[in-house]
Amino acid sequence: MNWLADNKLPLGQWMETFVDWLTDHGAWFFDMIAISLEWVITGLVDLFQWFHPGVPILATAAIAWFIHKSVPLVAFVVAAMLLIINLGYWPEMIETFVLVVTATVICILLGVPLGIFAAHKPWVYSYMRPVLDLMQTVPTFVYLIPTLVLFGLGVVPGLISTIIFAIASPIRLTYLGIRNVPEELVEAGKAFGATPRQLLWKVELPAAMPSIMAGVTQCIMLSLSMVVVAALVGADGLGKPVVRALNTVNISQGFEAGITIVLVAIILDRIFKAPGKSEA
Amino acid sequence: MTAAISVRNLDVVFGDKVDPALALLDQGKTRQEIIEASGSVVGVHNASIDVQQGEICVLMGLSGSGKSSLLRAVNGLNPISRGQVLVKDGDGHVDIGSCDANTLRRMRAQRVSMVFQKFALMPWLSVLDNVAYGLEMMGMGKAERHAKAMEQLEMVGLADWKDTLPSGLSGGMQQRVGLARAFAMDTDILLMDEPFSALDPLIRAQLQDELLELQRKVNKTILFVSHDLDEALKIGTNIAIMESARIIQHGKPEDIVMNPATPYVEDFVAHTNPLNVLAGRSLMTAAADLKKNNGESQICGEKGIWLSEDGKTAHMAGKNIPLQNCEARGGAIPATGTMAVTSPDISMRRAIEIRYATEQPVLLMENNQLVGVLTDHNFYHAMLGKHFSCGEAEMAS
Repeated sequence: MNWLADNKLPLGQWMETFVDWLTDHGAWFFDMIAISLEWVITGLVDLFQWFHPGVPILATAAIAWFIHKSVPLVAFVVAAMLLIINLGYWPEMIETFVLVVTATVICILLGVPLGIFAAHKPWVYSYMRPVLDLMQTVPTFVYLIPTLVLFGLGVVPGLISTIIFAIASPIRLTYLGIRNVPEELVEAGKAFGATPRQLLWKVELPAAMPSIMAGVTQCIMLSLSMVVVAALVGADGLGKPVVRALNTVNISQGFEAGITIVLVAIILDRIFKAPGKSEA
Repeated sequence: MTAAISVRNLDVVFGDKVDPALALLDQGKTRQEIIEASGSVVGVHNASIDVQQGEICVLMGLSGSGKSSLLRAVNGLNPISRGQVLVKDGDGHVDIGSCDANTLRRMRAQRVSMVFQKFALMPWLSVLDNVAYGLEMMGMGKAERHAKAMEQLEMVGLADWKDTLPSGLSGGMQQRVGLARAFAMDTDILLMDEPFSALDPLIRAQLQDELLELQRKVNKTILFVSHDLDEALKIGTNIAIMESARIIQHGKPEDIVMNPATPYVEDFVAHTNPLNVLAGRSLMTAAADLKKNNGESQICGEKGIWLSEDGKTAHMAGKNIPLQNCEARGGAIPATGTMAVTSPDISMRRAIEIRYATEQPVLLMENNQLVGVLTDHNFYHAMLGKHFSCGEAEMAS
């Protein structure tokens, strides 16, 4: 046993060397990503904060009404957003909202096509699965360190970590959705002369849509659960007051910021959940 | 060659190792041996069948006999491992096994459409959009395809349901949508994969009648898969019976019932209702076999009924029995006390109805010549399923 401990494998060393190599040779690449993402996010935050709070409130209420046609939901959305203003977390809420939406959009843009690809090529999924498992199980702090090194302090490493953590569920649920499309529907599509592209757009995607949407809502929730972690590396938003409250053992600030995060989560969840399938 | 569908020596093998499996097939190995040796499943082996324009050909067999595999080879949903499947395309034929992907798509859109056992309707589309589905795949504009789909929906009597989702319809209605979707493509050939098996018996019978009614109007070529011989006998112009991937008998419904080729077919036949299938000719006691006396023929020994040599008068115990001509299909049924004269093509069901109404045997005449007689004995014989084993049966075709 001593022998084993004495001859320690330099696993960590290898990883560090690899990340160093990336920073040396890929700095321009990571800087480019960091700058463009930062530009998008600050732009969006500025835009939303420029509006009078009434505008986003009305817009959200309108979207909620349009999707669900439910008066209680609209009332809840308006009340929750007014409470957030009252607590004084409106600007932070906007920052968090933009972070979550950006992360979710990127996850969907990457995850849904990957899920479709994996569903069509079973061998691809057999390679993809361990990677997805890894992304969901490795503690977030572990990959926070290299992202911090590669992208520098600020909102971008937070965003990247959020994506790493949240992208697995749209990939998995898209894969599952497409795999579970009844064989007879695919056959019906073929039998009526569908091209491969039509099979995807007119059979597989609509049939898999409930599963894909479940992946999207899960992705939103997972992104929200990352806001505190993202705050640790300097992302603005509702995570920051939580971290500050933790450092100063400030119960009231922690509670208020926490409540705000919960409200944002409930609003997004209720709005994006498929209509008619609530209480699931 | 005029057949709408012409299958030549078709082998369908599922699995990765097709060539080794075909080699094993040629060595005469059984399906089970081939699964064990190569992991490949033989769906169809050396099947050849022609389906003529306007015919309803029923593929019959137990599950796993390869009937669906054969059907699905006709529109290329199943692989064609060897042999040819020629489908009529204008004046020529296209071999589904060797044509390119574009030709196959064109054949599916314009020549061959399909009705599925479990309906296979798109659950997110309205009934109207489901019927228009194939037209949409062809790239037809929305207004035009909706107009066409609406015509089909009216034909199957579901026009009022056009905006409903399939989940809001009963099974029978869903399959009517499936039929309308296939008819909307305006193809000459329809493939029907056990379309009525998932329905309850009353609805099934109703849809069978509707299909026959539609077929009289549109005159398509239909390849129909069924595991129910009664259904096959009812709707089939011809029936092909399959067992372990082979076609073991192909012929007209009555041939199959009268002359089953193997004990397997005999088993099927023994459980069918002969009323709808058998014709007078296959049931009757032939005129030549009747007892003769002074040129008169004895129609019924029990009652002592005799028919004159010219077939114009009959008498029982010295009294004349009036003869009454009667159509083999439809029309009035003669009154009690008369004796019916009809064609040997009469169905068993109608012959029994006449026998029941007249209380006399039924005379079968052709060209004013007595060809045979139907008495209770003949009916009982058939009802007991003895008609195919007595060897004296005559081919009715």
